[in-house]
Amino acid sequence: MQITVSAGKGGTGKTTVATNLALALRKEYNVEFLDCDVEEPDAGIFLKPDFDSNQPVNIKIPEVSDEICTYCGQCSEACEFNAIATFGENVLVYPELCHGCGLCSLVCPVDAITEKDKKIGEIRMGKAGGIDYFEGDLIIGEPMATPIIKELKKKTSRDRISILDSPPGTACPVIESLHGSDFALLVTEPTPFGLHDLKLSVDVARGIEVPVGVVINRDGIGDANVERYCKEENIPILLKVPNDREIAELYSNGIPFLDRLEGWEEKFFQLFKSIEGLVERERETSEKGGSHISKSEETKSSKP
Amino acid sequence: MKQLLVISGKGGTGKTTLVSSFAALAGNKIVSDCDVDAADLHLILDPEIETREEFSGAKEAVKDDDKCTNCGLCYEHCRFDAIDENFEVDPFRCEGCGMCAYVCPEDAIEMEDVLSGYLLVSRTIYGRMVHGELRPGEETSGLLVTEVKERAQDLAEEEEKGLIIIDGSPGTGCPVIASLSNVDLALIVTEPTLSGLSDLKRVLELSQNFEIEPAIVINKYDLNHEMVKKIETYAEGKDVPVVGKIPYDSKVTEAMIEGKSIVEYLDNDTTDEIENIWEELYRKICPSAVRD
Repeated sequence: MQITVSAGKGGTGKTTVATNLALALRKEYNVEFLDCDVEEPDAGIFLKPDFDSNQPVNIKIPEVSDEICTYCGQCSEACEFNAIATFGENVLVYPELCHGCGLCSLVCPVDAITEKDKKIGEIRMGKAGGIDYFEGDLIIGEPMATPIIKELKKKTSRDRISILDSPPGTACPVIESLHGSDFALLVTEPTPFGLHDLKLSVDVARGIEVPVGVVINRDGIGDANVERYCKEENIPILLKVPNDREIAELYSNGIPFLDRLEGWEEKFFQLFKSIEGLVERERETSEKGGSHISKSEETKSSKP
Repeated sequence: MKQLLVISGKGGTGKTTLVSSFAALAGNKIVSDCDVDAADLHLILDPEIETREEFSGAKEAVKDDDKCTNCGLCYEHCRFDAIDENFEVDPFRCEGCGMCAYVCPEDAIEMEDVLSGYLLVSRTIYGRMVHGELRPGEETSGLLVTEVKERAQDLAEEEEKGLIIIDGSPGTGCPVIASLSNVDLALIVTEPTLSGLSDLKRVLELSQNFEIEPAIVINKYDLNHEMVKKIETYAEGKDVPVVGKIPYDSKVTEAMIEGKSIVEYLDNDTTDEIENIWEELYRKICPSAVRD
């Protein structure tokens, strides 16, 4: 089973929930953990993995041969990202804009364009106390996180419980982290910012048909509007973590709080059992032709 | 005209909370929200929207099933796994490169403009505001951020405002890179935690790669004094000033629920510190300017 822990708002506690969840399950299950927040990977601070290998992640960038190029400009016309420009007898490639789609080299009528690998980051692999651990790392200055997340996800195996720690927000790296997961565990805080961004995350998850459940973190700091929203939308609230100074201090020192505070290992274990139940229910419903996932109106459409 | 960007690396450190206070304290400015995929500043500044323009940052492949002969060339050539074995386009994965449309022998694929989001210009009691909203799940957040920044600059010139205050996004990817371009100061808001320090290092490296002058604020500093020292030592080693340390204050959430910035809602050590930070930042960005 694949569970992605996500949130629209940053700092709500995704990594806290994801790491504690993985730790709670490792005695009973084969668990793998993927840190998909490749711009700011932090899960390793808590799980403290021993790395045993790494793998570069590359995208293909065009290289134009000056001898062959006729400066016809077809590559520039074809490129949707303005990553290759032709002017006079010059062709310039802008690697930071290039998505590595390969279209320019295909359209070139004289085969002047070859592709070379550009490293944009890497994946590190290891073990963290029995958990198979994978972390992605985007080179600082590289704009695109998504290709690294895609490579990370190729490491998942369906016979383990995969916990994916997603980046914050609702843009393409988050989509990639959620895509194909069995469950989206959305972590929020009971505040206006938390609620606003939770609604966006719910829209995203529903748009790609991933069932959702919520964890309310720092419960008690704000108001009851997140709970009200979840009830109105039939979104299960699967766990509440109170606003607690000790939990915050442990976090600040890189210590997963279930290691130190009694009762939390069981609560996170039960969180998983609840998710398992919801996923099973969703599977049964889909097989019968329906779906429990209520669709919101703001799903992705292509017409402006 | 100067630009102050507030970023963090780590999410949830208090960027938007701080920007809303700066908006209340600063005169002669435009405010801008470049956290386009999870924009929250409007929840405090309560903008009255004047214009809402559609923004299209990308295209998407749309297949005509009647023309499709299932030859599979689109599937073979797509590098983004956006076309599946049934030769259906997954709009969430499609990057709009046009490869599939190019290779299709039946012209069964058209590239259509996607509504990526909106560019908004608004009025608030703190002055004009330029903001963006990316539709959930869309790409091109970096391009929308660039549009928001350019519009804010145009507006600042028209209205002869000396400063643009920009609420940025977490991370180090394309929306943050787009927001950094041409700013005069990048204020990095961090927290005294191992994650906060780790993420601070990365976003600081990013700012310095782009040769943008940085400064640091440590929020919720009383959570962990050891970590505060580590951050201060690190900052000193990098020659980056720590312009303030804000205490954890539960009333911050109360202010948010009331829809007010902290400096309007409270008058205590927290607000004193924020006011000091603002004075310091203003001195750095506009050293010779006459104050409002």
